[in-house]
Amino acid sequence: MMDATNILKEAFEKQNGAGGSLAEYQQENWNMFSGLGLPAIKHEEWKYTRIRNVFTDKLVINNDNNLSQDALEKLILKGTENANRIVFINGRFLETLSTTTDSADVICIKPLEKAAGDEDANFVNINLGHSQRYHGDGINALNAAFANGGVYIRVNKGATLNNPIIIYHISNSSHGLRFSQPRILVNIQEAAQVELIETYINMGGGETLTNEVVEISAEKDAVLHYVKLQNEGEKTNYAGTTHIRQTGKCLTHAVTITLSGSIVRNNLNMVMEAEHGESHMYGLYLLKGNTLADNHTIVDNAMPHCFSNELYKGIMDDASTGVFNGKIFVRKDAQKTNAYQSNKNILVGENASANTKPQLEILADDVKCSHGCTIGKLDEDALFYLRARGISAENARSMLLHAFAIDIIEQIKNEEIKAYAEQLVAERLSFNI
Amino acid sequence: MLKINNLQASIEEKEILKGINLDIKPGEIHAIMGPNGSGKSTLASVLAGRSDYEVTGGTLEFMGKDLLELSPEDRAKEGLFLAFQYPVEIPGVSTTNFIKSAVNEKRKYLGLEPLDAAQFLRNMKEKMKLVEIDQSLLSRSLNEGFSGGEKKRNEIFQMAMLEPKLAILDETDSGLDIDALRIVANGVNQLRTKDNSFLVVTHYQRLLDYIVPDFVHVLYKGRIVRSGTKELAKELEVKGYDFIKAEVDQELA
Ligand SMILES: Nc1ncnc2c1ncn2[C@@H]1O[C@H](COP(=O)(O)OP(=O)(O)OP(=O)(O)O)[C@@H](O)[C@H]1O
Ligand SMILES: [Mg+2]
Repeated sequence: MMDATNILKEAFEKQNGAGGSLAEYQQENWNMFSGLGLPAIKHEEWKYTRIRNVFTDKLVINNDNNLSQDALEKLILKGTENANRIVFINGRFLETLSTTTDSADVICIKPLEKAAGDEDANFVNINLGHSQRYHGDGINALNAAFANGGVYIRVNKGATLNNPIIIYHISNSSHGLRFSQPRILVNIQEAAQVELIETYINMGGGETLTNEVVEISAEKDAVLHYVKLQNEGEKTNYAGTTHIRQTGKCLTHAVTITLSGSIVRNNLNMVMEAEHGESHMYGLYLLKGNTLADNHTIVDNAMPHCFSNELYKGIMDDASTGVFNGKIFVRKDAQKTNAYQSNKNILVGENASANTKPQLEILADDVKCSHGCTIGKLDEDALFYLRARGISAENARSMLLHAFAIDIIEQIKNEEIKAYAEQLVAERLSFNI
Repeated sequence: MLKINNLQASIEEKEILKGINLDIKPGEIHAIMGPNGSGKSTLASVLAGRSDYEVTGGTLEFMGKDLLELSPEDRAKEGLFLAFQYPVEIPGVSTTNFIKSAVNEKRKYLGLEPLDAAQFLRNMKEKMKLVEIDQSLLSRSLNEGFSGGEKKRNEIFQMAMLEPKLAILDETDSGLDIDALRIVANGVNQLRTKDNSFLVVTHYQRLLDYIVPDFVHVLYKGRIVRSGTKELAKELEVKGYDFIKAEVDQELA
């Protein structure tokens, strides 16, 4: 069989054989993965997303997990030189290239494997794998089987970071279909304020496949602004979960921007475990070629008085496909929940398509939930209005698409990242006013 | 300036314009009146180049050029302007940026240098005064949440900025209060020269007290069925359309 089983098995045995504080956890997950296999499209949650087909015998896992300082500097986003920088090469955390610019009194960044065996072990025990309660599939387990390459981030009680944390995921694809499995565990303690940004880089011009799991737990009065910026190029395949727990009343805010890729699957969970929590989820997928971008989101309201707002927008050009699935759970005790969801799609390309599915499961009776979705073409009336003023059809189109997309970008709190994303979107839409 | 010859147009197989003839010379103001649904906005849209309408016959000549050969944007750049009966709300597009690109795309088409920020601003300030439009309105998204009157005033402001040769005003007076009506009319009168022309669609003779037309036409069932001077508008104000409808329906029967 021309699949990846043997390659994965060999890689697993090689790295788990080294022992370490996560060896047992990894073995359990390997066993789970071996039982479940990879999600196929007959799996309801994966019906549009043939990620399994990318797992072929061409996968390249271990080698070249290195990068020179000079090569790294060229990849750093402009204006973010002062950021706390976390570097992953081929899915493995590279401590030597990572830098912490905020004081060690407020932030700690270290290998996950280390955290699992030191004073942070308790947090790791409770939170590592928490996302599996929502994604009990083989692909999540497969990532967990390689968790020892991951990173642990703790932001201490009361700290407001001076600088954002930027995670660079660098995949070296020059030896074939590069397979990377980054694992990130984040502990945001009481009243800490954090900006966390993830960005992805494909070096080498070949194909990549990334399977990522990020688990974040935020305590009372914490504030998290999270951004995932995906613009790795057309040869990228990605499946990842960002799982955010609110263990106390806090504010968590996520923006997911997808600008390119072959198959891209993003799971985003907001687990609201405390009263009066607030969460925001924004997404923009700006697709062309044959890209498929699939965003699955979950808001789980377990306690009363929580607020969540969700807005995802897609523009599909050429033969690209946008998929949105938004689940909102309101559990029996979660009275006075306010949950809003909206998904808007514009089909530009002749062969473009969009699939959107809100899934609300409401067990409490005193709640306000709303959802709406649209799939349409550019507004002809607006287009004509602009053209009737002398603006060319082409520019009118980019003006309208830009206007549609930009309010998601404006949700990005970090000014440098926002400016960068604005520039990428303007370039993509040939918007130059 | 504009020669409309036996123009026929339809939408979704339904014939709306059934042979319009109209000749507008430089410096003239023509008013078009007529009952609801008679085809006035359709005529305006066809002139501006809206592609939903299929021109099934006739010719359109503007400044010696065949309008039907030109895209909507090129018509605008040649000097045609349509003030919409229902200006479109466009969230996320800044009014100022939009007008600036419109002005500069036109300048480029005419082989002129684009206006720099300072020149554009000066120009804008001057025209804002002319139509008494507020700066705060222009810093908002295009027409978004504008009141009916504000939208109309914004149309006239855009007209002032673009300095068209022929401006078609489709019920720009509808929904305006008395003061706004006077301001809009003043704006038009101040922009009026011996070289540029106006085609004013209105239901109300009142507007024509301010903008005095050279000719008044009545459009009914897709045809211009009466033409006259401003006295015709006064007569309609008193008698309504019934007498014309009756005469025309009899002729057609
Ligand atoms: N998209 C369309 N589909 C079908 N019929 C249409 C469409 N657009 C216009 N019409 C019809 O064409 C006819 C003329 O409409 P038009 O808007 O030109 O009238 P009008 O003279 O401007 O009326 P009003 O005074 O109410 O503004 C009407 O019967 C209208 O219903
Ligand atoms: Mg009309």
